[in-house]
Amino acid sequence: MSEMPAARPRPRPVTGHGGAAPEGPARVTASVCCAASCVSAQSDLILKKLGEKVAEAGLSDVAVKRVGCLGLCAAGPLIAIPETGRLLRGVTPDTLEPVVEELRSARPNGHKEAQEPFFSKQVRVATENMGTIDPEDIDDYQAHGGYEALRQVLTSMTPAEVRDEITRSGLRGRGGAGYGTGLKWTTVAKAQGSPKYVICNADEGDPGAFMDRSVLESDPYRVLEGMAIAAYAVEASEGYIYCRAEYPLAVARLRTAIRNAQRSGFLGSAIAETNFSFDIQVRLGAGAFVCGEETALIASIEGRRGTPRPRPPYPAVAGLWGKPTLINNVETYANVSSIVRNGAQWYSNIGAAGGKSKGTKVFALAGRVVNTGLVEVPMGMTLREIVYDIGGGIVDGRPFKAVQTGGPSGGCIPAEYLDMPVDYESLIKVGSFMGSGGMIIMDDTSCMVDVARYFMDFCREESCGKCPPCRVGTTELYRMLDKICSGEATMEDLEEMEKLAAIVQRTSLCGLGQGAPNPIFSTLRYFRDEYVAHIVDRVCPAGVCTIKPAEVAR
Amino acid sequence: MSKPTLATVWLDGCSGCHMSLLDTDERLLELTERADLVYSPIVDTKEFPEHVDVCLVEGAVSSEEDLHKIKMVRERTTTLIAFGDCAVTSNVPGMRNPIGVPPLFERAYIENATTNKQLPSSVVPRLLPTARPVHRVVKVDVFLPGCPPDADLIYNMLDDLLAGRVPNVAGARFGR
Amino acid sequence: MTTVFTFTIDGQAVAGSEDQTILEVAEENGIDIPTLCHLDGVKDRGACRLCVVEVAGSNKLAPACTTQIAEGMEITAHSDRLLEYRRAIIEMLFMERNHVCAVCVANNHCELQSMAEEHGLTHFDLPPISPVVGIDASHRLFAIDHNRCILCLRCVRVCDQIEGAHTWDVMQRGIETRVVTDMGKPWGESTTCTSCGKCVQVCPTGALFEKGRAVARGSKTRRPYLPYLKVVSEERG
Ligand SMILES: Cc1cc2nc3c(=O)[nH]c(=O)nc-3n(C[C@H](O)[C@H](O)[C@H](O)COP(=O)(O)O)c2cc1C
Ligand code: SF4
Ligand code: SF4
Ligand code: FES
Repeated sequence: MSEMPAARPRPRPVTGHGGAAPEGPARVTASVCCAASCVSAQSDLILKKLGEKVAEAGLSDVAVKRVGCLGLCAAGPLIAIPETGRLLRGVTPDTLEPVVEELRSARPNGHKEAQEPFFSKQVRVATENMGTIDPEDIDDYQAHGGYEALRQVLTSMTPAEVRDEITRSGLRGRGGAGYGTGLKWTTVAKAQGSPKYVICNADEGDPGAFMDRSVLESDPYRVLEGMAIAAYAVEASEGYIYCRAEYPLAVARLRTAIRNAQRSGFLGSAIAETNFSFDIQVRLGAGAFVCGEETALIASIEGRRGTPRPRPPYPAVAGLWGKPTLINNVETYANVSSIVRNGAQWYSNIGAAGGKSKGTKVFALAGRVVNTGLVEVPMGMTLREIVYDIGGGIVDGRPFKAVQTGGPSGGCIPAEYLDMPVDYESLIKVGSFMGSGGMIIMDDTSCMVDVARYFMDFCREESCGKCPPCRVGTTELYRMLDKICSGEATMEDLEEMEKLAAIVQRTSLCGLGQGAPNPIFSTLRYFRDEYVAHIVDRVCPAGVCTIKPAEVAR
Repeated sequence: MSKPTLATVWLDGCSGCHMSLLDTDERLLELTERADLVYSPIVDTKEFPEHVDVCLVEGAVSSEEDLHKIKMVRERTTTLIAFGDCAVTSNVPGMRNPIGVPPLFERAYIENATTNKQLPSSVVPRLLPTARPVHRVVKVDVFLPGCPPDADLIYNMLDDLLAGRVPNVAGARFGR
Repeated sequence: MTTVFTFTIDGQAVAGSEDQTILEVAEENGIDIPTLCHLDGVKDRGACRLCVVEVAGSNKLAPACTTQIAEGMEITAHSDRLLEYRRAIIEMLFMERNHVCAVCVANNHCELQSMAEEHGLTHFDLPPISPVVGIDASHRLFAIDHNRCILCLRCVRVCDQIEGAHTWDVMQRGIETRVVTDMGKPWGESTTCTSCGKCVQVCPTGALFEKGRAVARGSKTRRPYLPYLKVVSEERG
């Protein structure tokens, strides 16, 4: 977005952590992605071997560095050479010779390789350090402006001023519902009771979502700093990060980061030599989707069964141990330090096309799109830009059919809305939902009834079992969808399913059950003919479902 | 004008609902004055008539024979009543549903049999995979739950129907 | 000093003190709101959703048992729509397990069965789930038949909050959710169960019953437990 005002200039990257460090300033840097996706393809071994090979080759002015997610996860393992703008894809531990040669000959002459739209159309705020800094190195973080915001807040702002800044920035919760962050902070600050708590929701349970994981793996200090600023703003002294145990790398980096931050005086007592104290503990979730729901998450931290409870009272008033509790998503916290550093105005100017949605949103692009991976875009960017410019279009040039956003409570948006802006309100208008940022692109090989069944299966398995509409309703809805997919349903069954879906949505206790029927509603809204084809013509237009032979007695 | 015709059939049930019908006692006489009982396990007719106005169906749809019979009955009946819990919910016959037919037979005819351990084959109609409530097979017009439904409820319902009123089944409940 | 709020339920003017729930005030005023998971004397959990009411100005339904009253609230506790929801919830509970009232030990003493009758349910449109669930009859005096359990968790709460034994708990989730004794051990091997029988008395259905009782003979009304529970919990504060 060209109208975006530039952020304040940042010091040049410090190189040389985790890999091989040059004696003087580095001529070029090999930034090896060490986030989960590339690590799973041995990028940690690549980091080690490349360091050795660079040393063997006597390249004393080359730094080899561990960095976080470089974004194009599907093309990993990735190595970036920031000085020349080169991105090396699909590197393996056995194909490092060409990399060494490239590093030998690379000359940073200010002439960077033109960036592909995948990168150039992104606006990076929450992920600004991602792929640039060493995620475990607190000095590297500070060299990139880290902890400037916290210092500024502690030394020159009152808690009310901080809340006001966040409110004016227009930041809204990135965990799903998009509740105003400043308003939430103010509610917690004004709530009676002490101590107060700050919780970071890192449970990230949506199928296919990995935005929060990447932030934690690539720039954990940023989340700690955001939480510390929040704690100051709501006058809390204890914090928890609730992270799913399936994210071992994120958990390890968080623990390292917390330890380093404590040693460097950015956590613990007397932070940054002021009288503000705040500490953070990590709590592991066992991977139940529902534990991402805030009241279930709190129950889980308290050591109880992770099931939601009716709200009100909201956690802001009565949360952890019954005390006022601020709970925000990882990405929400990841935006905070940038807002403080650059000002509320700067942030709210980003994504001006997004109406009441300000700033940026991180999405995990998945499905039938060429560039799958992690992207951060300004609010209000059109779906078409995301799918075709950033995503590189549909695999094999097939026709675009729909994009699914919002995870299991979300919806499918058909091609006719490709030019709609992606923001909270617009997504709701077309029957979908921002959610935490999963974005699954589908082409004509996807059956929309099958898609609805997939998400219902997920909700059915993840229902906590507390309330009958969700516990029983999702199972019944799943069976009805299954019956349609196998060609055994009648039009009366379809009617019955719609009726039940509406009741489950209305009467369920928490967002899981209330949102579970959404994939049914949105696919029916745009693809009803596919349901009818399964029922009346007994065919699956996309050729996905196996229709049973006709003679089954009803 | 001829009197309306009334029939009752019996699928997979215990006959308790029919007993309860008989418990309407002397009111039965009045009912048979207002309607012709043209087919029932308690009368002699062998063939279900081509057209019946009101038919009470006791029992769940459990076997191929039940299935055949209920489809025929539905075709020939104006007002079909699911009569009693077995017809309404599948009730006791439905208790086999979670088990499935093969393990059920194994238990009943092999494991628990003392002599002549073998599965029934030719004479009895084949069981359907599950015992189903009548309305999951054909359209049902009136439901009268109860195991069995109380005689007063049966009478009141028939009284309403024969008088051309929408039947009031308030007070009917599953079980007793 | 407690503040008194005045508000309306189904158009009727009512008053309550600030710490009361909608359900409590409704009961005091003779307005019947159906409940299943609620039990006087143990903590409410707002789970069964039967007591949901509409509050003017809110687009969400509120469970009467856990929602605090507020000044000027306009509450609808009975409407055609709410009746439809409640019937659907009762129906889902029937479909979830294998409820065969005719042969149930709690026949005619069952809150679920009565609830169906009171809401005019004469049949079920949803397909039955017919799960395979078991019976644990290993306890000397009592048994649990999961075919009849509606997961109200009254047993869990009364055992924990009143008896203090915490024998009962919940395992698994979704449609697989089950109440369990001693983390999944057979009830008869429980080392925490005091055999007080409170769980059996509070169970709304025939899921928990005294052994040796025939069909329809599992009356739960012989011991006046419920008022007792309320008194105990009030004394404990
Ligand atoms: C079923 C369910 C699952 C959820 N999972 C998550 C999650 O994984 N991560 C998250 O941040 N929020 C999740 N939420 C939303 C949280 O309840 C809560 O609104 C959020 O953490 C608030 O943070 P925010 O205001 O920064 O978005 C979930 C909500 C529901 C109903
Ligand atoms: S809606 Fe589903 S997940 Fe939420 S409380 Fe009810 S059963 Fe649990
Ligand atoms: S056993 Fe009875 S009291 Fe316990 S949860 Fe089940 S229905 Fe409720
Ligand atoms: S009684 Fe209120 S939700 Fe069950």
